[in-house]
Amino acid sequence: MRITILPERKTVELSGRRLVSNVLRDLGYLPGTAMVIRGDELIPEGEMIEADDEIEIRSVISGGI
Amino acid sequence: MKCNRCGERAEIKLRQHNAAFCRTCFVPLLQKHVRRSIRKQKMFSLDEHILVAVSGGKDSLALWDILIELGYQTTGLHLSLGIGDYSDQSTELAVAFAEARNLPLLNISLREEGLAVDDATAFTNRPACSACGTLKRHYFDKLAIDRGFPVVATGHNLDDEAARLLGNVLHWQMDYLARQKPVLEPTHERFVRKVKPLYRTTEFESAAYCFFRKIDYILDECPNSAGATQLKHKEVMNQLEAASPGTKLSFVQDFLERARPMMQSEANRPPLTCEGCGMPSFTERCSRCRLVREVQTKRARYADRARSE
Ligand code: SF4
Ligand SMILES: [Zn+2]
Ligand SMILES: [Zn+2]
Repeated sequence: MRITILPERKTVELSGRRLVSNVLRDLGYLPGTAMVIRGDELIPEGEMIEADDEIEIRSVISGGI
Repeated sequence: MKCNRCGERAEIKLRQHNAAFCRTCFVPLLQKHVRRSIRKQKMFSLDEHILVAVSGGKDSLALWDILIELGYQTTGLHLSLGIGDYSDQSTELAVAFAEARNLPLLNISLREEGLAVDDATAFTNRPACSACGTLKRHYFDKLAIDRGFPVVATGHNLDDEAARLLGNVLHWQMDYLARQKPVLEPTHERFVRKVKPLYRTTEFESAAYCFFRKIDYILDECPNSAGATQLKHKEVMNQLEAASPGTKLSFVQDFLERARPMMQSEANRPPLTCEGCGMPSFTERCSRCRLVREVQTKRARYADRARSE
């Protein structure tokens, strides 16, 4: 699977079929801190990402002060 | 995964509520939750005209969209902060949102007003976020008062409130704690009510709301936020939330219900009127006008020095 990471605009490749929550954990995201997007749909934690999927991971954290 | 409401495919799982929803169910549900917060906290009524502070980020645009969907009367207020490209992009997105929906938007450029956040960081020792906070507070009150809005709504979400509460508790900032409320009544006739309708909405929910509603918001972070303490506090809260879903909500909610009522806040009623701008002030010049003057003085001094070199 090919993953685009926003807002950093990085891409990573991972092999095989994987659980959303495992992909997030392996890339260093805590649960609930990023959306996993495939096409124009969100994939919730607990679902699978297929080996040939192209997905986007978008952080939802913003901050200052 | 199936939607708890209708059984269609779920796109979002809310661990704190142990529930999953499809977008068709989630969007009106979030709107309803926000309406409940507005009513429960008596933030404003359908008869009042609300000034909504919109930064171009996900929370404030989601808030504006929700208020409109709920039938409130709103005008947007965008402060173009003058933080490099980040501000230009934020302004574009706020303006595009308003134009596409034909909504009234006050678009104020701090640079044109005489002091951008970048000037404050270039010419003074003030941390960017502190100068930025001073400027935002000043313009929110001033523009609301000058144009007759009784209330300013901001997009602060549950994660912001939980992180701020943690920071205030870690340093026992009693006066800040006493004033950490979703509705802040004005303490002066030239201040207005400040409300945070998303104080029970997580960042994840507001981002998902924008995604489902196809609202374009700025994805990049403000360059000044790197290393900000608030982000560290958010990280800690998210770790606790991962171990025990619902922690953020109960931390904020229990504070508001059980601890905050026991705290007394100083009146925060500035006794003077600023010579520079006419807003309430504790000193002859308010903190915004002192910042403007400091930047002007230093800028002139640097220009002199450059000329004589
Ligand atoms: S991160 Fe700091 S400087 Fe940037 S917008 Fe937020 S408060 Fe202002
Ligand atoms: Zn549904
Ligand atoms: Zn002033």
